[in-house]
Amino acid sequence: MKAPFRIRLERRLHVSRFTQFVTLTLALLLAMLTIGVVFFALGVDPLFAYGRIFTGAFGSAYSLSETVTKSIPLILAGVGLTLAFRARVYNIGAEGQLLIGAIVASGLALNFPDWPAFVLLPAMFIGGFLGGALWAFIPGLLKTRFRVDEVLTTLMLVYVASEAVNYLIYGPWKGPSESGFPITERFSAAAQLPRLFNTRIHYPTLLLGLLVAGLIYLLIERTWLGYEIRVVGENPAAAQFAGISNWKIVLLVLMLSGGLAGLAGVGEVAGIHYRLRNPTGISPGYGFTAILVAWLARLNPLIAVPTAFLLGGLLVGGDAIQIALNLPAATIQIFNGVILFFVIGADIFTQYRIRIER
Amino acid sequence: MIDLNFILLALTAAIPAGTPLLFGALGEVYAERSGVLNLGVEGMMIMGAVAGFAVSLATGYVWLGVLAAALVGALLALVHAFASITLRVNQVVSGLALTMLGLGLSSMIGKRYVGLPLPARLEPLHFPVLSDLPIIGPLLFRFDPLAYLAILLVPVLWFVLYKTRWGNTLRSVGENPAAADALGVDVARVRYLAVMFGGALAGIGGAYLSVAYAPAWIEGMTAGAGWIVIALTIFAMWDPPRALLGAYLFGGVRVLQFRLQPLGISPNILNMLPFLLTILVLMLSAGQVVRRRIGAPAALMVAYSREER
Repeated sequence: MKAPFRIRLERRLHVSRFTQFVTLTLALLLAMLTIGVVFFALGVDPLFAYGRIFTGAFGSAYSLSETVTKSIPLILAGVGLTLAFRARVYNIGAEGQLLIGAIVASGLALNFPDWPAFVLLPAMFIGGFLGGALWAFIPGLLKTRFRVDEVLTTLMLVYVASEAVNYLIYGPWKGPSESGFPITERFSAAAQLPRLFNTRIHYPTLLLGLLVAGLIYLLIERTWLGYEIRVVGENPAAAQFAGISNWKIVLLVLMLSGGLAGLAGVGEVAGIHYRLRNPTGISPGYGFTAILVAWLARLNPLIAVPTAFLLGGLLVGGDAIQIALNLPAATIQIFNGVILFFVIGADIFTQYRIRIER
Repeated sequence: MIDLNFILLALTAAIPAGTPLLFGALGEVYAERSGVLNLGVEGMMIMGAVAGFAVSLATGYVWLGVLAAALVGALLALVHAFASITLRVNQVVSGLALTMLGLGLSSMIGKRYVGLPLPARLEPLHFPVLSDLPIIGPLLFRFDPLAYLAILLVPVLWFVLYKTRWGNTLRSVGENPAAADALGVDVARVRYLAVMFGGALAGIGGAYLSVAYAPAWIEGMTAGAGWIVIALTIFAMWDPPRALLGAYLFGGVRVLQFRLQPLGISPNILNMLPFLLTILVLMLSAGQVVRRRIGAPAALMVAYSREER
C-alpha cells in the first residue's frame, strides 16, 4: 500500500502572536464543529445543545456568576500546571492534590471550629497548600530518586486521594447529625469564606487565584529561577551543562503546582460546600480540566485566567445541557478531549508549515 | 480461613480479573515497541466495553460484540496515531485527550444500556472430563474463551516480536527509526499499524469487562484499569510473558480486595490497593531498568521526521 501523497511539515522560523491567536481560534471552532457532528450522530441536536451551553454559561447574571465560581479552582490549579508543564514535568494529578487540600482544610475546620475566622481561614489555606504540595512531593521524590515517570504516579495518587475522601466521609469524619449521609458536619461560620452578594463567588479565593497568576507569571518570566525552569523544560541537557540542578526544579514545580491545586480544594470546601463530601461533589474533574486550561493558555499563567473562565463556562453550560437533554455528567469529557486534540494540533500548525506532496 | 480452598478460589478468580489488563498490556507493549506511547488505553478500553456490550445486545452474538470492540479500539488509536505520528504532537497530551474523549463518549453512548441484562454473555467453557478434575479442573479448564485467547496471545506475540521479520522491523522502528528508514522501512506505517493493533487489543480488554466479567454496562467501569495497563507495560519491560505475570498479579490483588472486605477493613482503603501497588511496582521496575540497563524502546515518545533526523 503506497500513500497517494505525503504530508510534510516544515518548521517555521518565526511565529507571530497574531498567527497563534488565529490558529487557536480556528482550532476551537473546528473542535466545536467536530463535537457537533458527534452529538448529531448520537441523536442530540447540536445547535440546541450549543445554544443551551452558551445561555447556561453566559446568558444571565446568575449563569455568569456560576461561570466565575467554577473558574476559581480552574485558575488556581491551571496556573500551577502552566509552571509544571513549562519544566516539562507532567503533573496529571492536580485532581488528587486538590482533594488532599480539601481534606486538610476540612480537618482544620472540623477540629478547630472555635478559632476566629482570621486565624482559621488562613490556616486552612496554608494547610491545604502544604497538603497538596506534599501529595505532589511523593511523585517528585519517586521521579528524582527512583526515576519513576511522574505521569502515572501523579495519576495513581488521584485515585488514592479520592478513596481517602470516601474513607473519611463514610468513616471517621461522618457527621453524626447528618442522618447517615456520607458527609461531614457543616463547618462553623469561622471556616466559611465570604461570598459576593447572593452569588456563590467566594471572592477571597478568586483574588488569591488572580494574585497567584501574576506571581507565577513573574516567577517564570522575570526571575533567574524561572529561567532555570524554562531551560530544564526546553533543553534538559543544556540545563545540566549549565549546572542547573534538575531534581530541585522538578521537585519545586511539582510541589508548587500541587500546592496551588490544594488551594483550589480549600476554596471548594470553604467557599461552596462548607463541608467535606463525595469527591465528585467537591470537584467534577477540575484538576483534569486544569490541564486543558494550561494548554489552551499555551502555558502562560496570565492567559490561564481567561481560559479558566472559558472552560468554567463550559462546565456550567455542560450542567445546563445535562439537565435539558438528560445527558450523563461525563459528557463534558467529550469537550475536554476534542478541544485538547485540536489545541495541540493547532500548535503544530503554528510551528510548522504544512506541505502536501504528491 | 486461609486454606487450600481459599487459595484455589483466589487463583482461579485472579485470571478473569487479570484478563482485561493482559489484553491491554499486550497491545501497549506493541505500540510502545514501535516508539509510540499511548496514554489513551483507559479511553480505548471503556469504548471497547460499551461497544462490546451494545453490539452483543443488538445482535445476540457476543463475538460480534468483541469484534466491534476491537474495531472501535483501533479507530480511537488511529486518532492518536495521526496526532502523534503524522502531526508529531506531544504524545502524553494526545493520549490524555483520547482518554477524556473515550470516557465522555462511552458514558453518552452507554446511557441507554445502564441496568440492562446481557442475554448473550460470554460463558466459561466446560471441557468434558478435564473441567471436572479436582483442583486442576477449576484451576485450568473452566475459563471463558477470551481468557484462553489472552493466554494464547502471549507466546504468539512473543514469537512474532523476537523471531520474525515483522517483529524485527517493529523493534528497529522503536529503537532507531532513522536506521530503519535508511533500510527502506516505512517508519510511519509500522507505527500506525502497531498503535492500531494496540488499540484493538485494548478494545477487546474493555469488552471482556462488559460481556464476560461483569457482564453489564456500568459508566466508567474500567475504573483506572487502563492506567494500570500502562504501568504494567513498564513492569513487563515491554516483554509479553512478563505482561502475563503482571496482569494476573493485579488480577489477584483485585480478588484480594473482595476477599478482605468481610474482615472489616474499609472498602475505600482496599480500593487504594491496586493503585498503591502500581506505584510500588513502578518503583521496583525503575530500579531494575537502571540496574539491568534494559528499558524503554530508545525512540519511545520521539516523533520521527526524515528532515529533522
